[in-house]
Amino acid sequence: MTISPDGIVLFEWGAFRLTATVAFTWLVMFLLAVGCRLVTRGLSTGTRLSRWQNLLEVLVTSIQEQIRQVSHQDPGDYLPFVGTLFLFIATANLLNVVPGYMAPTGSLSTTTALAICVFIAVPLYGVIQEGPLAYLSHYVKPSWLMLPFNIIGEISRTIALAVRLYGNIMSGTVLVAILLSLTPYFFPVVMQLLGLLTGMIQAYIFAVLAMVYIASATSAHERTAGDDTTEQGA
Amino acid sequence: MDALSLIGMVSVITAGLTIAIGSIGPALGEARAVARALSAIAQQPDESATITRTLFVGLAMIESTAIYCFVVAMILIFANPFWDAATAAAGG
Repeated sequence: MTISPDGIVLFEWGAFRLTATVAFTWLVMFLLAVGCRLVTRGLSTGTRLSRWQNLLEVLVTSIQEQIRQVSHQDPGDYLPFVGTLFLFIATANLLNVVPGYMAPTGSLSTTTALAICVFIAVPLYGVIQEGPLAYLSHYVKPSWLMLPFNIIGEISRTIALAVRLYGNIMSGTVLVAILLSLTPYFFPVVMQLLGLLTGMIQAYIFAVLAMVYIASATSAHERTAGDDTTEQGA
Repeated sequence: MDALSLIGMVSVITAGLTIAIGSIGPALGEARAVARALSAIAQQPDESATITRTLFVGLAMIESTAIYCFVVAMILIFANPFWDAATAAAGG
């Protein structure tokens, strides 16, 4: 039994090996890129929209609204990164309805790559917004003793991010595979539906957690200042 | 009993124990979190959007401990490194 699309090798040429994970990742990327390009080619600012433009506008504005609520900041800088994470994971998980497709997020390699993107983006946003010294000073707060724990926390939450997404998607796949051999026909379909729901929730959670991590690196001062004013106001 | 069957037996038993013990804590934790969130929504229905979002993120973080146990159990059953080493040694 293959528990991850890593085990399926479609094509091998020397050291180069094309696994199903990479192929399906390319498929998702292709769908997203070409689909969005086709829609945004004929954008209109009038009252008559194409239905696809309407869909994209709903998606983008709701992602913006979520980012604003989670981070209490303007979503402008974060929208490309967090929105891409959400759209990629959601599309990769939702395509599970297509027979023969295996979600690339069911492989630890894909989720680790996504988590490393977050791991790099957090200090990047922090340094850009606050400057290197102000960002690095977060690591020695509240005291120097906390330095190793802050660093360990940074690494362990990256691992947690990767394993959480991988475990959830992989568990759905394995569960359906086991159920197919025990009670075929009806029950696996129900679990497949549950897997779709889990996939959407996990995509949302991945994006929200990435946003929370970035926000905690960039706005620690602003948020404490905001809390103080609300307390004074109350 | 030879080494191979010993490794197999211990792996299967440990996988079962891992998921059994490892799911108790997250189950209790998630139950508490959902119960508190429901009573919070009952008291403040206007804030249900914020509470639900925080609940989902919190549930995912609680659940990840159970997912770690599940991943370890899956590794023990399907991708056990000791089993692979033992079968390679026996075969080669």
